[in-house]
Amino acid sequence: MDPSRKRKVRFVVALSVAVLLAGALVYTSFSASSEARTPSQLMTSSEKGKVYKLTGKVEPGYTRKGTTTYFRVRDRAGKGSVPVSYDGTLPDPFREGREVIVSVRRQGEGFVGEKGSLITKCPSKFTAEQNKT
Amino acid sequence: MLIAGKACLILVLATSLYGIAASLYGARTGRREWVASGRRAVYAVAATTALAFVILEAAFLRSDFSFTLVTTHSSTTTPAFYRATAVWSSQEGSLLLWLLLLSLWSSLILFLTRRRLREIAPYATAVLLGFAVFFAAVLVFLETPFQQASPAPAEGMGLNPLLRHPSMMIHPPMLYSGYTLFAVPFAFAVGALITRRLNADWIRGTRPFTLAAWFFLGVGIVLGARWSYSELGWGGYWAWDPVENASLMPWLTGTAFLHSVMIQERRGMLKIWNVSLVLATGVLAILGTFLVRSGILDSIHAFGASTLGVPFLALIVTMIVGSIVLVASRASDLRSEHKLDSLLSRESVFLLNNLVLVAMCFVIFWGTFFPLISEAITGEEASVGPPWFDQYTVPLALMLVLLSGIGPVIAWRRATASNLRRNLLKPALAGLVVLAVLAALGAASEPAALLMFGLGAFVLAAVSQELWRGVRARRAMSGDAAPRALVQLVRRNRRRYGGYLVHAGVSVLFIGIAASSSFQDEKEVLLKPGQTATVGAYEVTYVKPTADLKAAPNGRLEKIDFGARLRVTRDGEKVADMTTVKSYFPSLAPFLGPISRFFEGEATSEVGLQAGWRRDIWTAIAPDIGSLRPRIEEGDKVFSGANLSPEQRDAFLGQALTGLTRSYANDPPPATFRLIVSPMVTWIWIGALIAFLGGLIALWPPPRGARSRVTAGYAAKVGREVRIPA
Amino acid sequence: MDLLLVLVVVALIALLVSAPLRRRGALEEEESAERAELEAARDAKYREIRDAELDQRTGKLSDADWRAQDRALRAEAVDILRRLDELGPGED
Repeated sequence: MDPSRKRKVRFVVALSVAVLLAGALVYTSFSASSEARTPSQLMTSSEKGKVYKLTGKVEPGYTRKGTTTYFRVRDRAGKGSVPVSYDGTLPDPFREGREVIVSVRRQGEGFVGEKGSLITKCPSKFTAEQNKT
Repeated sequence: MLIAGKACLILVLATSLYGIAASLYGARTGRREWVASGRRAVYAVAATTALAFVILEAAFLRSDFSFTLVTTHSSTTTPAFYRATAVWSSQEGSLLLWLLLLSLWSSLILFLTRRRLREIAPYATAVLLGFAVFFAAVLVFLETPFQQASPAPAEGMGLNPLLRHPSMMIHPPMLYSGYTLFAVPFAFAVGALITRRLNADWIRGTRPFTLAAWFFLGVGIVLGARWSYSELGWGGYWAWDPVENASLMPWLTGTAFLHSVMIQERRGMLKIWNVSLVLATGVLAILGTFLVRSGILDSIHAFGASTLGVPFLALIVTMIVGSIVLVASRASDLRSEHKLDSLLSRESVFLLNNLVLVAMCFVIFWGTFFPLISEAITGEEASVGPPWFDQYTVPLALMLVLLSGIGPVIAWRRATASNLRRNLLKPALAGLVVLAVLAALGAASEPAALLMFGLGAFVLAAVSQELWRGVRARRAMSGDAAPRALVQLVRRNRRRYGGYLVHAGVSVLFIGIAASSSFQDEKEVLLKPGQTATVGAYEVTYVKPTADLKAAPNGRLEKIDFGARLRVTRDGEKVADMTTVKSYFPSLAPFLGPISRFFEGEATSEVGLQAGWRRDIWTAIAPDIGSLRPRIEEGDKVFSGANLSPEQRDAFLGQALTGLTRSYANDPPPATFRLIVSPMVTWIWIGALIAFLGGLIALWPPPRGARSRVTAGYAAKVGREVRIPA
Repeated sequence: MDLLLVLVVVALIALLVSAPLRRRGALEEEESAERAELEAARDAKYREIRDAELDQRTGKLSDADWRAQDRALRAEAVDILRRLDELGPGED
């Protein structure tokens, strides 16, 4: 095979490999991802066993029993709220009224948080609502 | 001084606009004095921005609460060092810092290159000032640091306690220096494309600054990881958080660029790759700056949703479209001078290196922006977690380490079998031996980690072989003894051997990452004083609780610390005594009771860390405040009922809080502990240090060559001057 | 007070930025710039020659390739030196 044809073949092979890898990437990202849901969305419909990324505000009045925390997550701007149980240490910024993101799975009437998935947003320093809990 | 500050920013905007006009006019008409004037506009912008910055700093240092920014980010109880660095904990202050660093670096670089790259420099100046215009406009019209607070309050809200750590304060300046330094090769690449001067000159002229950018951004990234590990309560150093990823992406393409340009210099190949990589790096640097402050992605870090989304997006789109148009229209000037001769060659390895780094960048990009992508495609916002990232970055990282071992030792153009054998055999053997030994010792349970160990050993062996061969070659030329030959070798070939050191450091870093993530033992337990938990091979005993009140320098109460003293033993032998604490900072919200406000404000963890050569023992505590609630509420009630003067109030408050801490210490409720034993974490930091040392060596300018005017035969002169020790 | 500071800054900026426009003597600046460019090219060329030799000695460049490259690079270096000398005597 003369050099220029060899180069064309190489280029096509490389491109195909890239496309295949990109395809695998895209496919796995859709199948491995967890959907973001607000509490009201979860209240309306949630599949048992599926992992969702719950975002919302922590309602006042959460309790701890042993290493597990029981709290409710409320819509950022709304009325819906769901109960979550989370086993493990809470992140330092965790507070009532703060926004959290936690991966949850439905169990019965409530939701169980995946260990290590609880993220509390650092309070924004740029809006008027800072430090009002 | 608020007015002076605002005026300075307006002057910066005006001067930048002038500088763009002057540079472009000078470039089009060939009138050098206008180009010089444009360059001086950059110096003026730097000086004026510095003045604005000094005004802001002074306000913070003296706690001038007529500045809104000082009120919202500092307080009289904040120590001086953190008052000074609180400037950039805010959106506005950090943008000002970005602009300052951009203008300072641009000034330095344009000054150093003022007699070089004369056709390109005016356009580069215009591009850099274009960035200045953008940031100055944002600071003047959208997010001003010089907002007046009226009336000025008596006390500020304080710096977020999470940020009270030295490396958290050095992290932004390092990162921003990296981002702004990457703007420089971007600007020169644009200039080179516009003027069609696409030989290796523009690369050579800007390489030191590209390397500096790579250096600073890398340091910023590692500092962030280190801070996350030793200060935050989760015990990890990398979470694939959008903002972490945003800083890593330009660093990856920047690394690819630094390697790929070597091929252009030696063989005139990969020209399109090089301009594309450097333009992409500039875009990603701006994207990185934007992500932190846009609020478009959920992240721990985000400064918060703001009005900046649209302007930044416009800037990024302009950069992307402009880059594509430029590269496409100059494609004929970017043709390779040579073609790839063989897949087994240094050129081919470098090309593969480009592909791997770009692939890694793409994976990270896709995962980071997936919430937006999935929303656009399916209507549902979904996100991927660390396992997805790891699935792709681990194999790519393995390939990268492999290539970093092969690249330096493989021959140019075409590597013959004997050549490969000569250069790769011993390092490969070293890698295989390490692999086999570790597998026998039980590491085969984690194949990816095992492979990384083997590849790391391969790279370290290859680097050692290179040093050995280089020393031998030098001794053949100069007859020096080995130590002197080594020093001279590195001195005279700083880029090469600095680069090899970087490879060695990166290998050590990856070995540390592989060991600490694959062989980690972690546990979360509820312990009462006296109880013991087992983590890995260690026993951790909760010896006794600690409870302290900490005062700020000005006498006011800064925080309450509840913690524990722990003892770590292994096989009955004491390994270490550790302390871990949770600090509670008071909230300033007016409707909270005087005692309970301490537990409604910010809390930070003081991690207990016992670092070691072989493993780290990491502990954090979450005390159970719930059991103290009855006392806290009772205290609040007492205070609200009583009619006290401020002095009495302070005195009784002190007493009440002391009582509270004593009661915690005497009768502590069980506390939750997070305990982690991670092997070889220290080697991550050591590897990073080695890599950055290598970077410094590569950066260090060699002493200037001889300038003798003795007119001997030119060929002989070349022969002589090439040999002159540099 | 603020106003005064601002006026001073404006004046300084104007002075700094207009200095090249008021000055004469651009010609010698041209020459020193060309010299700087050639000197940088010369230093880079020397580095390339050394690099190639080190590559050959450590087995990454075949003898034949090295000889050809070395010859070409030295010829380019000679050319640069010649152009430097043509610029006339300069600072030492």
